[in-house]
Amino acid sequence: MTISPEELNHHSTGPVESKSAERVVAMSFLVSFLATVALGVTFWQGGQPQLEGTFLFVALVGIGVGTVSWGKYLVPQGPFVEEREELVSTEAEKAAFEASLGRGTSELTRRKALTRLLGLSLGALGLIQLFPFVRSLGPLPKNSLTLTNWKTNARLVKPDGTPISVNDLEVGGILTAFPEGFAGNAYDQVVLVRPSQSAIVTKPGRESWAPQGYLAYSKVCTHAGCPVGLYQQLTQQLLCPCHQSLFDVMTGATPVFGPAPRPLPQLPLLIDSNGFLRAQAGFDQPVGPGYWERS
Amino acid sequence: MSQTTDWLDERLGVAKGGRKLVNKIFPDHWSFMLGEIALYSFIVLLFTGVFLTLFFVPSSHEIIYHGSYAPLRGQKVSEAYASTLNISFNVRAGLVMRQMHHWAANVFIAAIVVHMLRIFFTGAFRKPREMNWVVGVLLMILAIVNGFLGYSLPDDLISGTGIRIAFSIVLSVPVVGSYLAFLLFGGNFPGDSIIPRFYTIHVLLVPGIIIGLLAAHLGMMVRQKHTQFPGKGKTNRNVVGIAAWPAYAFQAGGFFFLTAGVLAALGGLVQINPIWLYGQYIPYKVSYAVQPDWYMGWLDGALRLMPSWETVMFGHMIPTVFFPAVLLPGVTFTILAMWPFIERKWTKDDSIHNLLERPRDNPKRTALGAAVLSFYVVLFFASSTDVLANSFNTSLNFVLWSFRILVFVVPPIVWYFTFHLCKETSGVYNAGKRKRALVINLSASGEYSTVETEPYFEKEEEEIVELPEEVAFHSGVTEHKETANELMFATSHSSANMKTSPTDDIGPLRSGGTGIFRIPRNVPGGGATGMGSRKRRPGKSEE
Repeated sequence: MTISPEELNHHSTGPVESKSAERVVAMSFLVSFLATVALGVTFWQGGQPQLEGTFLFVALVGIGVGTVSWGKYLVPQGPFVEEREELVSTEAEKAAFEASLGRGTSELTRRKALTRLLGLSLGALGLIQLFPFVRSLGPLPKNSLTLTNWKTNARLVKPDGTPISVNDLEVGGILTAFPEGFAGNAYDQVVLVRPSQSAIVTKPGRESWAPQGYLAYSKVCTHAGCPVGLYQQLTQQLLCPCHQSLFDVMTGATPVFGPAPRPLPQLPLLIDSNGFLRAQAGFDQPVGPGYWERS
Repeated sequence: MSQTTDWLDERLGVAKGGRKLVNKIFPDHWSFMLGEIALYSFIVLLFTGVFLTLFFVPSSHEIIYHGSYAPLRGQKVSEAYASTLNISFNVRAGLVMRQMHHWAANVFIAAIVVHMLRIFFTGAFRKPREMNWVVGVLLMILAIVNGFLGYSLPDDLISGTGIRIAFSIVLSVPVVGSYLAFLLFGGNFPGDSIIPRFYTIHVLLVPGIIIGLLAAHLGMMVRQKHTQFPGKGKTNRNVVGIAAWPAYAFQAGGFFFLTAGVLAALGGLVQINPIWLYGQYIPYKVSYAVQPDWYMGWLDGALRLMPSWETVMFGHMIPTVFFPAVLLPGVTFTILAMWPFIERKWTKDDSIHNLLERPRDNPKRTALGAAVLSFYVVLFFASSTDVLANSFNTSLNFVLWSFRILVFVVPPIVWYFTFHLCKETSGVYNAGKRKRALVINLSASGEYSTVETEPYFEKEEEEIVELPEEVAFHSGVTEHKETANELMFATSHSSANMKTSPTDDIGPLRSGGTGIFRIPRNVPGGGATGMGSRKRRPGKSEE
């Protein structure tokens, strides 16, 4: 079977184009090589991220362009056709397969019982082996989700451990506080704000909780546990920057916007004879996000 | 016969199977490269990841920072954070490797998602490929999980906040939530076991499973062969495209370097996760505009849009976080994984599909897919409510409520338009084809007429040829004399370089190639002479 020159031309890529493609491939590899040399020099000189990235890019893309062009213009492209082989087996093959699987079953009289016993022993072994592994992964929750380290008369301290006195906060100021001895504890963190000079009543029954305008709320968001770190003095709101829940400071940190479902628990405060802030008692409810056992 | 072939063949019998392998046909379509991008990004992840493990210290033990980044000197930081700074500032090429790793992770998951969309919208998941679809969905989940774990390792302020949210999400699971959270995170948040534990899972457990599933994913693909778009000569019973060797091997191998090159450029030139600006994670500190990596965006958006409903029943609580962060992904991934079976229940279609559907040809599926996709896209954008409110100088309230409405309004609209667009285009001749220019002619009598210009290059016009059966393959069957001749032919031509004129009588070569590839024959639908067939080819007598 012979092919006329016209037909061949129709199939494009003649020797001329092939030659230019070879040139592209050669140039790409060469550029890549030069970039690799430059990369080596950069490393030698102590390295510089932008240069490293650029040279590595050129080195890799050079190889890439060269190899792809090689595969695209210098080797046969077809399109070729290949038949799919039949995946499905014949009925006879399937039957033979199942027969092979069923080998030796007929001789056993109590196959079912034996299989069950094997399953039992394997399952028991797996479960018992799993137990020490799973159990060692962590402690049980017990009451660690319900109790914080806030106890009656616990002094409020700053993150560095120094106690907070009544003069530490201007009106409109904000501080993060911890119970003395637990500075930095993620679960005990409290946001201390001072909206005014005089005592504030956020809710009935909380008449004595905010002496001299000091208000303390758990800083752990009741939605997903982020620290409620932003205080907007103008509107007297606390904002959680993770999912934008807003809490109204003056009414007991009730959520006014966003996905937070519950108010931030309020810590009842008192000012001792030395002018230091103390907790009257711990929180009256668990802090932070919800969980199954919390009601 | 080369010595290497002999040596290997006597030990492994490579020639028989190897020939089958090099003759495997790969359909040539750009959308088939999406999965390759994912695969190559994964390889880049392995290389850069191994590099990082040599310098990263997975420990939350506190030390005082004395490294080369001056603004943080003297501060208390964890060893994980300090070693990440060390990688970024002191290890040679460390920053590029770290940023490449991070970029590769983002590209990896993006490529998986787009690859999955391609599979979905063209119906490639249909029988017999349902199992591979399930494996693919598992791979996507694992990729997302591992992305999150790796993102958490540097112990910086933003990723630490992410772990805090993840803890709350696990905590919200009904009945077992608190136990699950304590076991997974090694106690109440934060605790010292999170970083070392995440590290082991990130570098060992999940990558191990990914490699195993990847092998299954590719193995099944080789066994079942590729799907292909319908076209000239392409049937349900054949595959048309380029051969594994050399065309595909060169193109795919080169494409790996292109992918890696782009990732290197991103890693070297585009900053990602500058943890020295965020600072060490401290549980009572938080930053503005806290956003996770892009693939977690839809979950973050769902968390923001969810109203504050907290259910307390019979002394037990189902926290609000449960619905957007546990139920939504659970339902999403379950339905996604089961989709081939769900659709099959719907269509009652039990036939084998090796030919793909154009998305427009299946308006129902395409419209449904687009609508569901738009739901997640809206959720993704909802993860930046605060940034949007700030940049457009509007109230957070307005932005939030807009998204709450959009998330329900957009999908039906998308469904409607996609459905009707599909209906319209599926009936149009040459829809989606490139338009050719019209030439306006003025005849002598003053009449105007238009003619379409000649096609510049129509790939469609190419002849489909049977995969060349190299001469040597016929040897040993019958005529010894001819075989010897042909062998000589094959060797002389294969050793000849590209410069040989392609007008030799062996056959036309589209690429002026080596001469071992033979006469193209048009085999529409394929004849009995499949690959490996020993039947004499009809064109042969003419030589």
